[in-house]
Amino acid sequence: MPIFKDKQYFRVKLEKEADEALWLRCKSCGELVFKRRVRENNNICPNCGEYFFLTARERIESLIDEGSFEDVSRPIVADDPLGFQDEKSYPQRLKEAQEKTGLPSAIILASAEISQMLVVVGVMEFQFIGGSMGSVMGEQICHGMEEAIRRRCAFILVSSSGGARMQEGIFALLQMVKTTAVRAQLAEERLPFISVMTYPTTGGVQASIASLGDIIIAEKGAMIGFAGRRVIKETIAEELPKNFQTDAFALEHGIIDRVVKREDLRGELATVLRFFQEEKK
Amino acid sequence: MSDERTLDLLEAKIQELRELNKVDGLDLSAEITKLEKKLAQMRTELYASLGDWERVRIARNPKRPYSLDYIEGLFSGFYELHGDRMSGDDRALLTGLAELDGQNVAIIAQQKGRNPADNKERYFGMARPQGYHKAIRMMHLAERFGFPIISMIDTPGAYPGLESEENNIGGAIAASIMSMIKITVPTVAVVIGEGGSGGAVAIGAADRVLMLENAIFSVISPEGAAAILWKSKERVKEAAAALKLTAPELLDMGVIDEVIPEPLGGAHKDMEQTVSALKERLIHHLNELSEKTVNELMSSRYERYRGTGRYSTLSD
Repeated sequence: MPIFKDKQYFRVKLEKEADEALWLRCKSCGELVFKRRVRENNNICPNCGEYFFLTARERIESLIDEGSFEDVSRPIVADDPLGFQDEKSYPQRLKEAQEKTGLPSAIILASAEISQMLVVVGVMEFQFIGGSMGSVMGEQICHGMEEAIRRRCAFILVSSSGGARMQEGIFALLQMVKTTAVRAQLAEERLPFISVMTYPTTGGVQASIASLGDIIIAEKGAMIGFAGRRVIKETIAEELPKNFQTDAFALEHGIIDRVVKREDLRGELATVLRFFQEEKK
Repeated sequence: MSDERTLDLLEAKIQELRELNKVDGLDLSAEITKLEKKLAQMRTELYASLGDWERVRIARNPKRPYSLDYIEGLFSGFYELHGDRMSGDDRALLTGLAELDGQNVAIIAQQKGRNPADNKERYFGMARPQGYHKAIRMMHLAERFGFPIISMIDTPGAYPGLESEENNIGGAIAASIMSMIKITVPTVAVVIGEGGSGGAVAIGAADRVLMLENAIFSVISPEGAAAILWKSKERVKEAAAALKLTAPELLDMGVIDEVIPEPLGGAHKDMEQTVSALKERLIHHLNELSEKTVNELMSSRYERYRGTGRYSTLSD
């Protein structure tokens, strides 16, 4: 997958525990900053305000009440239904992604609380094959919505995905339909679905579940769209504006409801959730 | 190994001999018979060993029948309805009402162009947001009056461009899928040529999904997959094979319901035969679906899509 390169975000190796480095250099302002301070600051550079890429774990920590995390994902792992082999085999890619992220798939699914309000929350991990949606992610999203129905609570999905997982072919494409079918059930139950779009929310994920939120919030600096710049240029050679598919572009064109700064996201979710608490009705 | 062009040349040659035979009173019939036999044999060999990439080529063959050709052959009294009631008439996605075997049906069909001017108007069969809005409008009309929906898929994908993105093409596709999931009338989708990614699945989330024998249905084009995964546009054949995008492969994997056979060489070689095979199966599936109550219809549709996907469950 081509890595999404954008000034707003870049991947910083926040080295694992074994690593002793205390400092890291911000690629935006060039300053050496104290790593612990970056972490405490939601992975935002304390010097210039640049956003560092959040892992799914870091993201979920930044959103929920401390100590409220409970993994509710199904114990499933990807198959290789097509026997897919490009320059690497699909099982090899999966193994590498698992080693790199320490996650079994490209999504974390948990029940948690936000300002003491129960939620089920799914967070995509972009570093796991571009956060692409295959059969496992589709199933976990559906399972998450069904858990929300069981628990009578809201479902939150934080997207960070290039789209459908090519290596699973038609099965990946059909996850668009599968997640939509279960999303309709959540609506029947009158339980809220809050979709949070981060960098990037594109392709088959944007063209299905992520766009079906009752409320759609974009994180500042998000990239939101269906077809990428490269595809558009190659297909129709059209000039694209500088702000194409940015958070501001999506807001201007009515694609999303609000743009929220990373440090405000948790509070914003609490504000939204309060409108939908059942006891108030 | 011969290719389609060799066969076309030989066919033209035989036709020439036939003309000559008539005009000059020469007796070339023995020669003609011999060549016809050879052509038939070559054709059988060619299409028996079709690779996935060759199927992609047939699916995109500009001589292939498009939606309007099928609409004319399958239905009577097609009455096109143009409006999406929001922003425009997308000529890449047509909707309308017609009769099939004496029954009213609603039609949602992607349409490619036959010539450069036609293609310009139809964006090479790539629908924009207004196309999907039009499809949704049609689904609601069909539901209100109990018309079953037949959708015909033939698109390289949704239109990628600034205008599309400004009007939230992703959201329009999502809304179209949602509408197909919720609509309470029977739905049958037929992939007649190219089933390109999200732009195809937007009108493909049906109760029954059929494919013509040489149609394809894929998460990404072989060109796109080659560029991204193989980092080389030259590797399209490998990409096409890896994606398992042909009708027989998709039937094997259990994601479609039926493959409609095409004449040797593709649907364009004998349009009538293809239409009559498709018509018979469409009527069959609509009849089956119409016997279900709304509850049965909705729950079997839900089970179908809820169960989509392949993964392994870890044991304790």
